[in-house]
Amino acid sequence: MSTSSNTKLKALGLHLSIIAVLAVSFLVLPEYHSGIIARVLILAIYAMGYNLLFGYTGLLSLGHALFFASGMYGLGLAMQYLNAPPLVGLIAGLGFAAFVSAVIGFLALRTTGVAFMIVTLMFAQAGYLTILLMGEYTRGDEGFVIKQSQRMIAGFDLSHATNRYFVSVFLFGFCLLIIGWIVQSGFGKTLVAIRENEERARMLGYNVQLHKWIAVVISGTMSGAAGAAYALLFGYVGGTFATVQYSIFPLLYVLLGGAGTTIGPLIGALFMFYLIDISSEFTSAYLLVAGVALILLTLFAPQGIAGMLRKRVIRWLP
Amino acid sequence: MTDIKDSLFQPNRRRALKTLAVGAGTVAAAGMLPGLPGYNQAHSAEPIRIGFQVHRTGIGAAYGRWYDRTTEACVAKINAEGGINGRPIEIVAEDDGTDPKRGAEVVEKFASQHKCDVSFGTLFSHVVYGSAPRAGELKMPYFVVSEGHHVASGKLNRYTLQPGITDVKSQVQAMAPFISENLGKKVTMIYPDFAFGHDHRDYFSAAFEAQGGTILEKIAIPPTETSFTKYFPKIPRETEVIYHVMVGPAVLTFVKEMGEFFGPSRPEIFGFIDSLEAVDMTSPGLEFLDGTYFWEGMPRYAQEDQSEFDKAYREAVGVDENGASVSDSKDVSTFAHMFGCWETLHIIKAGMEAADYQGAADRSKLIEAVEAMSDMPHSHAHPQGAKVFNGKTHQTFGHQYISKVEGGKLVLAHTTSIEDTLYEDEVDYTTQSF
Repeated sequence: MSTSSNTKLKALGLHLSIIAVLAVSFLVLPEYHSGIIARVLILAIYAMGYNLLFGYTGLLSLGHALFFASGMYGLGLAMQYLNAPPLVGLIAGLGFAAFVSAVIGFLALRTTGVAFMIVTLMFAQAGYLTILLMGEYTRGDEGFVIKQSQRMIAGFDLSHATNRYFVSVFLFGFCLLIIGWIVQSGFGKTLVAIRENEERARMLGYNVQLHKWIAVVISGTMSGAAGAAYALLFGYVGGTFATVQYSIFPLLYVLLGGAGTTIGPLIGALFMFYLIDISSEFTSAYLLVAGVALILLTLFAPQGIAGMLRKRVIRWLP
Repeated sequence: MTDIKDSLFQPNRRRALKTLAVGAGTVAAAGMLPGLPGYNQAHSAEPIRIGFQVHRTGIGAAYGRWYDRTTEACVAKINAEGGINGRPIEIVAEDDGTDPKRGAEVVEKFASQHKCDVSFGTLFSHVVYGSAPRAGELKMPYFVVSEGHHVASGKLNRYTLQPGITDVKSQVQAMAPFISENLGKKVTMIYPDFAFGHDHRDYFSAAFEAQGGTILEKIAIPPTETSFTKYFPKIPRETEVIYHVMVGPAVLTFVKEMGEFFGPSRPEIFGFIDSLEAVDMTSPGLEFLDGTYFWEGMPRYAQEDQSEFDKAYREAVGVDENGASVSDSKDVSTFAHMFGCWETLHIIKAGMEAADYQGAADRSKLIEAVEAMSDMPHSHAHPQGAKVFNGKTHQTFGHQYISKVEGGKLVLAHTTSIEDTLYEDEVDYTTQSF
């Protein structure tokens, strides 16, 4: 067996083990924490989508909240105004996020570096303002609720704690396996090559622009899937999720967990959630605590937690 | 396993506690134990845990600070009077960052980790919308103090109630008769271009046109705007009244630029105090507001005919006759809204006592008890004024106050009737199952 196949098998084994541990954890976790893990897994999907672009392709976007909100509103508006069933809503959310990311990617990739950051930020801000301006339908900053009775698939109640947990694990696991497969495929390796040296990749004959555009679309669609899943599982759709704060969150999760690692987004989202949850019990300056933690991590483990693990312990970590 | 244990042992334990408590109660009643606290020992002395979802950070922080103080003062009062069913209240406060995602997490924390009996206190509508579905799923009574129309519109669930503060729809429609009869028939509206502003636009224009008035122009200001001069030329010349509901940090600029635009000859101006909650009316730039009118949920300045209830409420919370903190006259309160915390806590107390609330299993009984409430007289429990609670829509209705700015103070000019605030029911939550 080649080294490459061996690494792929190890990675698959790791990913399946994580999914299994998450599934079994439900039996031992207290109610509060199982509810939280369900939410964190959805946010980790968001961060995984972000990581494909930032961690593997080297494109720092400050506008991913637009993709998250596109998925959320794609599903929410379809269910609210067209009475679409959840699965149709989910497809609408994914479709809308894919469309938005395809258009934004096409336009924003005309720029690079700092300009790319600014352009994505501006598009996201324009998206947020559009949500406010279309307040008659989107209910703008207030948002709207997707009723419990609508969140049923063939009698399967998605608002039930157990169902929600396992649906979150399923969605997270599905996305983790997809990301694991992508980053180890030829396409994923090309993205890494672009990240490391774009000019060299171009000289080697790769269509860099097309690869980057596909990365934006996959990244945006996965972020949109997280937004749609959030709306479906937690019953709320709102403009807050399109604000710049929600573009920063996945960046923080990825930086903390480890950019360019498949498990980094999950570690980062978990770490960040519990850091805020625990520190908020002691001080209202909990964001300061999060900021200090981020600075310390950047100083002493710039590759993030999983990045440090890869550097020092598990070299094959995907 | 725990259930079996409980069912085996609880009756005996209860009986023993009851015997002890009855004995202690008899002795206390006979005046033999003067040092005993006021709690009725016939019930468990376990505190009633109320989860307080408070905006300590984020855009709602100024409101949150005063909601916090009002809640603390009210809990101290209720506990000093014997608590709820003889049990003291314990507040479990969690900051929601004025964010709907964190809000939902906080409600989950109250229900699953802190084991609170009820949750309460949310102001900003988006946090209510984000949290209410989780409260419903967790079967956690969720008493909001938000003034949004979300509860009465039927968009939420049976576990969400707003019994301590009136909603924006009733507030806005109650302003229409006063404005059309006293200020003018031709109105131009200036409002922020998001949901809060849209509520004012829709509810006020409908109510004002029903009074025979005309809305000449509706000027929506984008939320990112920091200067307003380009909008003022859009105000039609024949405007008799400007209705404004600008909120946020740019409001001082808005008032200053409006003053510069009109100079000495201005139309009548009517606004909602939401714009200037926690803002000192004597702040530089606000002189232009002299002679203009404001809606107030509760008059910030103690009026000449101040009720004993208003006086006691101010003393308890630590607010002076100008609506500022007694320890810092520059720390202006959010007086028009924060009474909602005080009144809601009294309603939770009344509801729990009516339902003989013992624990989480009685949550549905508590909601039914609150739904059965109707008239709430002006009292120490309701210092803002009398109210009528609609159990079907889970929304309370009450008097609204219109004040005129005179010499940098708000002087009460008109009090609406409760009837002015009523509208057709849009939902009947009592038909929803628990």
